[in-house]
Amino acid sequence: MEPLERYRSIIDDFDAFRAACKRPLGNAVRVNTIKASVDRTTAALEREGVGYEQADWNPRVLRLETDSPGSTWTSFHGFTHGQEEVSAVPPVVLDPEPGERVWDSCAAPGGKTTQLAARMDDRGTVVANDNNLGRISALRFNAERLGATSLAVTNADARTYSLERFDFDAFDRALVDAPCSCEGTIRKNPDALDNWSEGHISSVSGIQKGILRRAVQATRTGGVVVYSTCTFAPEENEAVVQHALETESCRLVDFELELEHSPGLTAWEDEDFDSSLERATRIYPHQNDTGGFFVAKLEVTAE
Amino acid sequence: MTDGRDGGDPETNVGDRFDRVPESEADRTVEGRATRTAIVDYFADRFGIPPETFDDYTFWEKGAGKIWIYRGEAPSPIEIEAIGMTCLRTRQEHWKPTTDFVQRFGRVATECVIELERDEARRFAAGEDQDLEWGGDWGYLIAAHDVAGEREPLGVGLFVHGELRSMVPKGRQRTLES
Repeated sequence: MEPLERYRSIIDDFDAFRAACKRPLGNAVRVNTIKASVDRTTAALEREGVGYEQADWNPRVLRLETDSPGSTWTSFHGFTHGQEEVSAVPPVVLDPEPGERVWDSCAAPGGKTTQLAARMDDRGTVVANDNNLGRISALRFNAERLGATSLAVTNADARTYSLERFDFDAFDRALVDAPCSCEGTIRKNPDALDNWSEGHISSVSGIQKGILRRAVQATRTGGVVVYSTCTFAPEENEAVVQHALETESCRLVDFELELEHSPGLTAWEDEDFDSSLERATRIYPHQNDTGGFFVAKLEVTAE
Repeated sequence: MTDGRDGGDPETNVGDRFDRVPESEADRTVEGRATRTAIVDYFADRFGIPPETFDDYTFWEKGAGKIWIYRGEAPSPIEIEAIGMTCLRTRQEHWKPTTDFVQRFGRVATECVIELERDEARRFAAGEDQDLEWGGDWGYLIAAHDVAGEREPLGVGLFVHGELRSMVPKGRQRTLES
């Protein structure tokens, strides 16, 4: 827990934050509308005697009153998919539409990928990429269980991703849910900070910058790129977006989110960031009793 | 529309790439490859799934006999990890749909659907074989049960000699509580 001390100066009510990080998380699931409506899913849960609470900000997110959310009929049928509540935020911010071409650059194990497909009514092309073949098998398992037919799955380094394998040369939207130091998952995984070091943050931020730059390049002018992590480190969040603003044609845009949150930072230690980074969103565990997340929405501009 | 490269040597299935299946036998250049017409007819003839169900989808083959169903854009051939979802095995005596395909598209089936009671459904989901009455064709069936007032497909079962064998793959089997 000590690594989190470094954020004392930027988090309101730091004691509440620390206390929330020590509490375990409940079981949240997302309703997979490719397979069933929210109404049918909740009716099925009621029939099974599984209690649930719908999230205010997103009726497709349910907090289940069971210790084994995978042993429900709704899970077996692919009506529900275990997914942390804040994990469901980036696809909502990206807001893809049916028929679009969407790139999920770091897609495995596929919770957000299948959420993108569901939001597109499973119509369009979601290119789900991951650099790790082992994790791709988990992605494929989840995608098939959830019945997503609009996914094309690739195995490549997102930083040097080539669109040559397809007939189109740009995406309409891209999601960069970047590999990160995972500080925000401490409630789900108490070991998350065991291997924490500033050196790790520094090396992972280099990878994040490379992936975000490639995502902006691979998205058409006027298209949207969402950058997200499940960590608090400004080096992996604002500094990565700042790097994209400095090196690629893009700008930060506002978005609505009916979850309590804090704005992105405009300074950290001895570094200043563009004032538009206030448009990014930091979600802390004590604000909504969830995990932690960072989300930024970028529009690709003409050069 | 072709199912592979243009001209040249006789074509075969390639294990690491996806080729769109040919529309009909007249378009076929790989021996033994299933055609779109045959696939759509199979789902209609065996399970009563209306052919128009698949109007927005394309079918692809990788290696020999594994058919994938896809709704997005892609050139053929394409070398990627997966395209849409697996739906059917064709290079065996009896074609066999996948559990995931049946769960996704089997709701509109009208034939060869065996409806199970809750406890029978539970055993089916756990991968168990069970003795059941069935007056219809033997072979691969769609097993279904009632979920919140509507019939919902569970997966593929093989009915032979008075026994329904669950074809739910190991990784998809679940022990349901009620």
